[in-house]
Amino acid sequence: MSTPMAAAAQHASGDRDSAAPGALPLSIYDLTVAYHSKPVLWDVSLDVPPGKLVGIVGPNGAGKSTLFKAVMELVPRASGRVLVFGKPYRQNRRRVGYVPQRESVDWDFPVSALDVVTMGLYGKIGWCLPVTRKYRQAAMKALERVGIADLAHRQISHLSGGQQQRTFLARALVQDADLYLMDEPFAAVDAATERVIVDILQELKSAGKTLMVIHHDLQTVVDYFDYVVLLNMRVVAAGTTAETFTSENLQKTYGGKLTLLDQATEAMRRSEGSR
Amino acid sequence: MAGLENWNWALDGWIVAAGVLCAVASALLGNFLVLRKMSMLGDAISHAVLPGLAAAFLITGARESVPMFLGAALVGVLTALLTEWIRRYGRVDEGGAMGVVFTALFALGLVMIVQAADQVDLDPGCVLYGAIELTPLDTVELGSFHVPRVVVVLSIVLAINLLVVVLFYKELKLTSFDPELAKSLGINAQSMHYLLMTLVAVTAVASFETVGNILVVAMFVVPVAAAYMCTDRLATMIVASSLFAAASAVLGHIGAIVVPRWIGYRSTTTAGMMAVAAGFLFGLAVLLAPRYGLLVKLLRRRLFALRILAEDVLALLYRAEERTPDEPALARSQLRQQLDRGLLARRAAYAWLRRQGDIRRQRDGYALTEQGRRRAQSLVRAHRLWEQYLETAAGLGERHLHENAEQLEHFTNEELRRRLADETASPRTDPHGAPIPPESQR
Repeated sequence: MSTPMAAAAQHASGDRDSAAPGALPLSIYDLTVAYHSKPVLWDVSLDVPPGKLVGIVGPNGAGKSTLFKAVMELVPRASGRVLVFGKPYRQNRRRVGYVPQRESVDWDFPVSALDVVTMGLYGKIGWCLPVTRKYRQAAMKALERVGIADLAHRQISHLSGGQQQRTFLARALVQDADLYLMDEPFAAVDAATERVIVDILQELKSAGKTLMVIHHDLQTVVDYFDYVVLLNMRVVAAGTTAETFTSENLQKTYGGKLTLLDQATEAMRRSEGSR
Repeated sequence: MAGLENWNWALDGWIVAAGVLCAVASALLGNFLVLRKMSMLGDAISHAVLPGLAAAFLITGARESVPMFLGAALVGVLTALLTEWIRRYGRVDEGGAMGVVFTALFALGLVMIVQAADQVDLDPGCVLYGAIELTPLDTVELGSFHVPRVVVVLSIVLAINLLVVVLFYKELKLTSFDPELAKSLGINAQSMHYLLMTLVAVTAVASFETVGNILVVAMFVVPVAAAYMCTDRLATMIVASSLFAAASAVLGHIGAIVVPRWIGYRSTTTAGMMAVAAGFLFGLAVLLAPRYGLLVKLLRRRLFALRILAEDVLALLYRAEERTPDEPALARSQLRQQLDRGLLARRAAYAWLRRQGDIRRQRDGYALTEQGRRRAQSLVRAHRLWEQYLETAAGLGERHLHENAEQLEHFTNEELRRRLADETASPRTDPHGAPIPPESQR
């Protein structure tokens, strides 16, 4: 395993002189995102240290997925600034790998697992150019790493939930990024898949990558992550798991809703509506 | 066939050519409309381009191709934009938004055409239903050939569509499947969307004179839906949909000449029959598609039921041998009592087992052959291991053991049997005290 890793790291350092030395993988300043003038993220500021396995935890509707989408400029930001390795996302998108939620795509789409993984390389291949053998081999290697190379040519609806999740993970792997954003990779997967994902997260971490993982199972947070971000519209707490993942902080994140903020938001919406 | 004796290549040939070009050009784009779940947006655009078309007529006062396409493409993109805006700000879903946009634009276009009809040579009926039969009459000179104008226009449109689909295959595929990943990689999903919509509008205009703007949506969607039934691969689907589209055009024209005569009428409109033919091909695909077709599914289910029944017969014969080793055969009447299936199904199972050499006839019934005994032994072993497992590991009550094991035994291979034996500490008897046979030796 170490050889492709080392090669990847070398490739990364050779290819990416754009990296400002010492720049954090992700810095967010005062980010606010609103859907239909209802704020989803409110004044989020966050510095993610390099080489960490970061769990992002918070209740439903806390804006976890929106945080990822705002980083990648998939949703408009109302205000704030996001820097990826010291630069705006547009200038550094090759260094970011994204694993969306499994339900975000139509699994009846007529493509094979290998096709889906190859899609992670489309940015690298460039407009209008065909997918050549070299790229297909890279995709195949990624499928081998997640342990489903034998299913490469299967149409994706004929994969189990865990295999679909592995396909998405493989797609992020071929992106060969330095910062990974993973939206609930552990949701509804079998035990074998969960182990594969954990192993790969660890591998990536030891190769110096930074991983941000939206996670729902509070039981496993301490085992899986060495850094956590507790999120509920704003960052409740962020830091090493040992210091941050406390019952008091969890109480603040999940319990006692952000009553004042909610009230303000509600009042704002009403005034918008009455105008 | 009656009617085809008047076939004239100089006329019918050009009509079929126009139909094929129109159908294939539409189907190429249709693949992405269907996969993006935007079939109805294709319909909306093909209706909504009418005012763009009418405006071009009114301004230029003639049927000039270039202003027509410009007007239509403009309105086509406008439709997509308006739909998006209304969906966002109008408190309705996308279907509702489309309903608002295209009916309004379509009606506006009709009003304009009726107004224009006095001044311009423009027939509302022709716009709605097309006039593919008139194709050979209006020709342009290409070198020393006289080629119908419609055929030239459609060839150009088909070439453009083909070029875009081939060139942007990767981008169309990704933005259709996962627009967010596309955007995160820097591939602008929005621009692909509007490129597609522009081409849909242009294709719709080019198809007006052949199939008309009501039936063009059939060409966008139906051959593609048929191809989707038949394959799991996008590239194959695009090729298959083009073939279905071409076949619809050919069958449509022949059908328009031949079919009405069967019921005593003169020939009918080719455009209409093209849509009917496409629907007919879709019906065939639903029935006969290799993997998802109804017939294959039915057949697979039948074969599966037959396999289960045959295995049940083997297990019954094995148990009979156990009880009375001197009288190993079971009479057909005995089998009938124990198998809860009809005569035909039983006969099929017996015939299949005999052909495979698992059972042989004995007097008025059947007995196991050596090979059949081995298979039966595996089944009974699986059955009894499951009973043991379900009782010890799953804690299932004795009453439910048999019925569960009876189903599970059919899905238990050697590997699973070994693991069952391990988990239950390799017992020699099942919970009912019956001996668990060893793995058969081959």
